[in-house]
Amino acid sequence: MHEAAVAQDLLEVICKEARKQEARPVAARISCGQLNAINDEVLCFAFEAIARGTACEGMTLQVEHKSMQARCSRCKDVFDLNLAEARCPSCGVDDFELLPDAPLVLEEIEFDKE
Amino acid sequence: MEKVNVGKRILSANEQFAQQNSQLLAQRRQLCLNMISSPGSGKTTLLVRTISDLKDELRMGVIEGDLRTDIDAQRVRATQAPAIQIETQGACHLSAKQVNDALEQLPLDALDVIFIENVGNLVCPSAFELGENGKVVVLSVAEGDDKPAKYPAIFAKSKVMLINKIDLLSGGLVEFDIERVTTDARRLNKSIEIFPVSARTGAGMPQWYDWLKEQVRQTRR
Ligand SMILES: Nc1nc2c(ncn2[C@@H]2O[C@H](COP(=O)(O)OP(=O)(O)O)[C@@H](O)[C@H]2O)c(=O)[nH]1
Ligand SMILES: [Mg+2]
Ligand SMILES: [Zn+2]
Repeated sequence: MHEAAVAQDLLEVICKEARKQEARPVAARISCGQLNAINDEVLCFAFEAIARGTACEGMTLQVEHKSMQARCSRCKDVFDLNLAEARCPSCGVDDFELLPDAPLVLEEIEFDKE
Repeated sequence: MEKVNVGKRILSANEQFAQQNSQLLAQRRQLCLNMISSPGSGKTTLLVRTISDLKDELRMGVIEGDLRTDIDAQRVRATQAPAIQIETQGACHLSAKQVNDALEQLPLDALDVIFIENVGNLVCPSAFELGENGKVVVLSVAEGDDKPAKYPAIFAKSKVMLINKIDLLSGGLVEFDIERVTTDARRLNKSIEIFPVSARTGAGMPQWYDWLKEQVRQTRR
């Protein structure tokens, strides 16, 4: 349900960018880590609702989920952490350090420009 | 159509307040722990017992987060400890701004430890850093021993897991494999401290208190 807060912030940033570009935004891509706990459907629904009547009305959102990353304590390899099978894919040890989670980022906006 | 690269952080206002909180706490060398769990796991009961049992050793204050009511803040105040209630009006998490405001209202000079009791929710609060020194995840045995497997993020990010209500295990009314939870949590987070406790009977609480007192010593250094 914190997706509502995310949607609100997104809307503000995209509207500001749209004024700068003097164009209508039609789609946006965001990326997030696991701890951002974003449910795509909930976010898109919340965004759609608050975008009504703004420059962002009718926009589509695409969400890219980045997996958690870890560094193996033995071979120092950095790998995507699969939480169901948490071990280093290179050497197999389950001793690793979690790296900071990917932040929530508005990556790209697509504008309708003549 | 034209694509424009933006690369802008979302919820960055929360980050900024979290950083402010963290700086304030670091300057004052105060320990601040963010308690996260599902509703009803026993966070408030644990805090009330901790505050009463350690009242001669540590001075503690609480920032309470709930959707509605100040029931929990009242429960804490009954121990004489200061508590600030934040009513989120339906929001599923506390924000760093709310904690920032609450920190201003707490008598910080008179405190060693500040607990934040987050809104009951095992998922959303992990998306909002509050500027705390660490997260404490509380899991009660009645919720089942598959939670670290199902909700890995919060277990991966916590310094401590309190397994609460272990009094319910005797008599076999509840099935809960502490070993399984420990293995699952450690697989995600090798350094997580795990304390099985009962906030009701007090069982296991001394180990949690020792950890807490050691953290206060380290934060003061
Ligand atoms: N049997 C048992 N019940 C507990 C324990 N700790 C809390 N409870 C009960 O669990 C319920 C929810 O507790 P509360 O502290 O309000 O949970 P919160 O929502 O996480 O703050 C209350 O009825 C408590 O009395 C415990 O260690 N054992
Ligand atoms: Mg409570
Ligand atoms: Zn390795």
